[in-house]
Amino acid sequence: MLSDKDRIFTNIYGREDFRLAGARKRGDWDGTAAILARGRDGIVAEMKASNLRGRGGAGFPTGLKWSFMPKVSDGRPHYLVINGDESEPGTCKDREIIRHEPHKLIESALIASFAMGAHTAYIYIRGEYYNESRNLQVAIDEAYEAGLIGRNACGSGWDFDFFIHRGAGAYICGEETALLESLEGKKGLPRMKPPFPAAMGLYGCPTTVNNVESIAVASTILRRGGAWFSSFGRPNNVGTKLFAISGHVNRPCVVEEELGLPMREIIERHAGGVRGGWDNLLAVIPGGCSVPILPKATCDTVLMDFDALRAERSGLGTAAMIVMDRSTDVVEAIARFARFFKHESCGQCTPCREGTGWMMRVMDRMVKGRAEIEEIDMLEQVTRQVEGHTICALGDAAAWPIQGLIRHFRPVMEERIAAYKAAHPSGVKGAGLAPTPSNIPGNTLPVAAE
Amino acid sequence: MSTAETLADSASETLPDALREEIRLLGQHEAHPRAACIEALQRVQREFRWVSDAHLREVAGLLGMSAADLDGVATYFNLIFRRPVGRRVLLLCDSVSCWLMGRERLEAHLSARLGIRPGQTTPDGDVTLLPTVCLGHCDHAPALMLGDALHGDVDTQKLDAILEAAG
Repeated sequence: MLSDKDRIFTNIYGREDFRLAGARKRGDWDGTAAILARGRDGIVAEMKASNLRGRGGAGFPTGLKWSFMPKVSDGRPHYLVINGDESEPGTCKDREIIRHEPHKLIESALIASFAMGAHTAYIYIRGEYYNESRNLQVAIDEAYEAGLIGRNACGSGWDFDFFIHRGAGAYICGEETALLESLEGKKGLPRMKPPFPAAMGLYGCPTTVNNVESIAVASTILRRGGAWFSSFGRPNNVGTKLFAISGHVNRPCVVEEELGLPMREIIERHAGGVRGGWDNLLAVIPGGCSVPILPKATCDTVLMDFDALRAERSGLGTAAMIVMDRSTDVVEAIARFARFFKHESCGQCTPCREGTGWMMRVMDRMVKGRAEIEEIDMLEQVTRQVEGHTICALGDAAAWPIQGLIRHFRPVMEERIAAYKAAHPSGVKGAGLAPTPSNIPGNTLPVAAE
Repeated sequence: MSTAETLADSASETLPDALREEIRLLGQHEAHPRAACIEALQRVQREFRWVSDAHLREVAGLLGMSAADLDGVATYFNLIFRRPVGRRVLLLCDSVSCWLMGRERLEAHLSARLGIRPGQTTPDGDVTLLPTVCLGHCDHAPALMLGDALHGDVDTQKLDAILEAAG
């Protein structure tokens, strides 16, 4: 259990003023110049010592990522890009940082930019977060006014500009290279890697892309020390983290907690427990819609961190727990994800463009049970043909929830198919198959092939 | 007058000079003018509610892009409207968290109250109802946005109040 004195985000619920005066009371902008005086190497070393892993989903060590930036500029400018395109269904943590703790974000962005030789940072905020971006703009204006950023930021001799770019509603723009494309004013199509952004990112210049939360914790880590941060959690899974808990719990919330606590403890302590009691739990999706679902038996004991969830063939993702009680139609839940990924696929890679549509159509039939038992295996097979065969991770993200469903809830799918067959005796033409012009009972109209 | 005519009346006007100047400055501020294109389209939309072909061509010219290029960006996004929308756009969150918390009831209630299905605009041009992917307000599901305002923990009573207050 994290005690209050160890919370990084002390205004996450917006109970206090988000503006500069309030932020200073909470300790932001305190001795920033002294932090910068520790130099690039000192800051990066402290971040490495903290063992912070990226909070956007992939969990790549943040200090290491910063160290990939060229030490000496070859004449090209360096950029920090902050990913505030939080669009992963179930995830609502970065919103709270942007609107209630904007100064923590700006101060940390200054420190991070300095540590990677960048004079400019951009934050890409999803279009839906209109009022959030306004709060952040107010804070940016205050910081310029107070000399905290801009020319000679905090009296450090370092010039630093911070700009907001707003998206307009495209999930894939949260993928780091798609985000860079979108920042440049192009369609947000993910780029091939390599080259990685640290070598060729925004406008072909060295760039680091970090999640809002990964950046926002930096100022506190540098004040309190990497050793303090890494004292929470388990080896390789350290620090505090914002968890979002939504769905069938008594008090859905966003809460900062240390990594590595049991899922059950987090849900019961902070979200008031599962609606109807723990035994009424069906399953939890532990990290936003891209990670496989976990059945209750696993949720009973699993710890909430990168490695523990990976060992259960799921993932921490954005640490957004979506809790489902026993009233939930779990097949329909996953079918909704399939629809989501179909809608948000950018269409560049054939396996994803075609695969997400195919998976969606089969999942829609699975919801009703209008399928053959063998199609479950075929569906699983198709997910394997999408996974790992695309430029970006959206293909994987579309495949994993379905794989998790088949792994843990196959009997539910089979029962449903059997029930549909029982209700539609085999005499009915095409009972189990996808509708085509020839097998829809009573259909006389010609239908164009899809 | 049909809904389409109610909605589309301003589509062929040219952009006001002040807005043209604003968009030009937005472009100048960036390393490459086109980097301002999303914001420019959003400004047009603030003024006209949607982006007509004529306006798209004007913005493209101001930012040194071809109209087709800019249309590629515009149509990439859910929230750049290339067709007329009502005076108010209601985005009803479609994500699993909101679904678990009863967003289907809200959609049914809205459809009954407004007499439209998702994707449609009321005949008087008042409200366009659009389903949207996760709004990121999952701890207060079900959630919706009406214009720029976010609303959480919405039930049918609260929904009525929201529609009437902003009406």
